Amino acid sequence: MSFYEVLRARAGRAAGLIASAAETDVLRALSEENPNEAAFRALLSPAAVPRLETMARRAGELTARHFGRTVSLYAPLYLGNYCENECVYCGFRHSGAMERRKLSYAEVEEEGRALADSGIRHALLLTGESRVQTPVKYIGACAGILKERFGSVSVEVYPLEAAEYAELVRAGADGLTLYQETYDETLYARLHRAGPKRDFRYRLDAPERACRGGMRAVGVGALLGLADFRREVFFAGLHADYLQRAYPAAEISVSLPRFRPQGVGFAPGARVSNRDLVQAMTALRLFLPRAGITVSTREPAALRRNLVGLGVTRMSAGSRTGVGGYAAEEKSPGQFSVADSSGVEEVKAMIRKRGFHPVMKDWQTF
Amino acid sequence: MEDIFKIAGKKIRSRFMLGTGKFPSDESMTEAIKASGAHVVTVALRRVDAGAGSGNILSHIPPGRIVMPNTSGARNAAEAVRIARLAREAGAGDWIKIEAIPDNRHLLPDNLETIKATGVLAREGFIVMPYFNPDLADARRLRDAGAASVMPLGAPIGTNKGVTTRELIKILVSELDLPVVVDAGLGRPSHAAEAMELGAAAVLVNTAVAVSGDPAGMAEAFALAVKAGRRAWLAGAGAARELAEASSPLTGFLR
Repeated sequence: MSFYEVLRARAGRAAGLIASAAETDVLRALSEENPNEAAFRALLSPAAVPRLETMARRAGELTARHFGRTVSLYAPLYLGNYCENECVYCGFRHSGAMERRKLSYAEVEEEGRALADSGIRHALLLTGESRVQTPVKYIGACAGILKERFGSVSVEVYPLEAAEYAELVRAGADGLTLYQETYDETLYARLHRAGPKRDFRYRLDAPERACRGGMRAVGVGALLGLADFRREVFFAGLHADYLQRAYPAAEISVSLPRFRPQGVGFAPGARVSNRDLVQAMTALRLFLPRAGITVSTREPAALRRNLVGLGVTRMSAGSRTGVGGYAAEEKSPGQFSVADSSGVEEVKAMIRKRGFHPVMKDWQTF
Repeated sequence: MEDIFKIAGKKIRSRFMLGTGKFPSDESMTEAIKASGAHVVTVALRRVDAGAGSGNILSHIPPGRIVMPNTSGARNAAEAVRIARLAREAGAGDWIKIEAIPDNRHLLPDNLETIKATGVLAREGFIVMPYFNPDLADARRLRDAGAASVMPLGAPIGTNKGVTTRELIKILVSELDLPVVVDAGLGRPSHAAEAMELGAAAVLVNTAVAVSGDPAGMAEAFALAVKAGRRAWLAGAGAARELAEASSPLTGFLR
């Protein structure tokens, strides 16, 4: 069994079923304590839009019950930008004319110190996809260096084998984030023109391999804007649900990254409004009461402020998306442009002002 | 009448224990602990950041409390044991609340792993308070493994559903010679009062206080409810009569 089978069985009909949900379906979904898959579709449907306030209240209440009045903070740390893939929307793509580099171990130490000094205790390590330039051994060594300063070190790197995830766990990593980008297999083939990333299924099954490899926290998501958000969020939610059921010991989360300009002249295929994003977040919360929901600095400060209390449990703060961005001024262009450039202290103050507690440390690799 | 509550020979001033997670601010947590009168407070070791100065949750716990670390995040006995030892090394003392939870969908504990961890840690001199699914046979195993009390769940963590395991709690209270501390799922002061009326030695609450609009106010309300429930139990009304009937064949065969 793989999530691929779950996806394939629904791929043809999901969009139609979501679009055709009626008001009664939405009301029924809202009255259920544990909304099922059909209810989740209804909550994501256009028919649910008039009920957004009710959904938001339910989502806020559920989130408080299971996560408290808290938001955990983390920050990305880019290790390298070498990449063999040709993703039409990405600033790191292989054909892009940019300076390529990766951090030396001494620079990793330096970056870690600078990031830790900002108060961040949960780091997310990123690379492009290059098994030659940034092999698993290198990523593991970086995790090993950084685990001394951070309670949690997660990775957002190219898909690996289960044994390789296990190797990273032994090295000190405890979490994986991996976006499928789009759950539409045909569109996926068009957007990912060359490189190992063309293998849709290998990527799709990677979060499951991470669970098998012993990763404690595993996050999935779609890059919103590539395709119709309702269908994408539906499958991201089902993916998380599948993982939660198959690997109950893992902490499963969903991210809601919206497409940001990367300076590559790519025009996204679908518009995702703030209202759409709120519907996605609240529907996810009602369907998956205990799943983490992550919002990054891809979103502007004003919107992030308003999302606190609606279901988000984790936010990035003070993010630099270039390689070596913390120890010095940005040394290389970022993977995407950050919309919320607030510093860590500003983000903490914003969260407090909303009546929530910014949690800097909520894990320790024991 | 003096009503002394002891765990592992130590006199505990309050039968209301408070968890420190989920609060909207450190200050609100401090105020809630004060208003609760709690003598025992639990802290997730995963949240403790010893190097964070005022960002360290421990620095916001008022003095004079027993800080009982919990093993939140442990999925099995080995992880729970590791966390407990780290807590002790960090100077957190000998009290430990064991949480061994391999299920993040419902946050239900694994009794088998909990019993294993209890045995290991009790032998190392910890005062062990295991969180578990209320089951009499497992409660006895926990006692035999060296638990200082048992902490059955009232309802799954964070659900606020009250004492949904009522019948099982009553059996534990009547059959076990250890303090029964009802933990998790108590959403309202009346739930806490109910648990105490059933004969629980104490209750532990976190979510319902932390996420209320006024954590200190809610902490005080719970404290009053715990006192009321205890008083009712001692007075022998209601719940106590049910206990007296426990000599009926239903639980009699267990003796």
